[in-house]
Amino acid sequence: MSSEEAQALRQRLKSEAEAAGYFLNPDMDFVLDLMEGLLTNEERYGYQACPCRLAEGTREKDLDIICPCDYRDPDLDEYGACYCALYVSEEIALAQKEVEPVPERRGTEPEPVGEEHEEELVGFTRSGMPVWRCKVCGYLCARSQPPLKCPICKADKDRFERFPWP
Amino acid sequence: MARNFPVRDADLSKEVVKLRKVKLYALSTCGWCRKTKRFLDANDVDYEYEYVDLLTGNDKVRALAEVEQHNPRKSFPTVVVQNGDTQVVIGYVESRLREVLGL
Repeated sequence: MSSEEAQALRQRLKSEAEAAGYFLNPDMDFVLDLMEGLLTNEERYGYQACPCRLAEGTREKDLDIICPCDYRDPDLDEYGACYCALYVSEEIALAQKEVEPVPERRGTEPEPVGEEHEEELVGFTRSGMPVWRCKVCGYLCARSQPPLKCPICKADKDRFERFPWP
Repeated sequence: MARNFPVRDADLSKEVVKLRKVKLYALSTCGWCRKTKRFLDANDVDYEYEYVDLLTGNDKVRALAEVEQHNPRKSFPTVVVQNGDTQVVIGYVESRLREVLGL
């Protein structure tokens, strides 16, 4: 049923996930359906918006729900699965536990405040380098610009924020 | 609705199911929406559904307003069961669907 593109995308996400200590849902058909959803959204919007959320259609507004979304890691911590259940905990990956429904986290937590204000004061290492934080996985790096892709979770450059440091 | 003729219980329960309105608001790309749809199909539930991501213009605005009325977070799937009263199931929660649909 699923296309070759969906199979290829699953393979890529699976190896990237495993290399970084994440796990895809062991239900292959379920994952392939989600891959079709991601590919549909990529075609529709130009980026792989979360297949389980209604995207606005502009990258800026949907940035937090581009897969992997900003909510994946907190949902993995709390529920053992991301909102779509594409990414799951090791227990679920090993079929020691079942996936349970994950309530929508988006919009439930206030945006971090005072970011602009802080940016003037902090965010540089002693050597003068700004510190960047990946909003998806929390990876930190000190360099003049964030990397094009997060080396840990492969999120794009625009998913990074300035990190108050020290 | 007042009835002025006797109805046997079995017929009545069929009538109730007939009067019940079940609507699934879903996204065509969403795995949990697909599971919900399969569940409703597998249990022979009479229902309507809309893929909100495939709607445009006024239809989309109307559908989103309907979802918001029952589920302010506007998440999918949202199942609305109207049967005298209104019950809503947000997300694919099989136990809740069974309860609300009397399965």
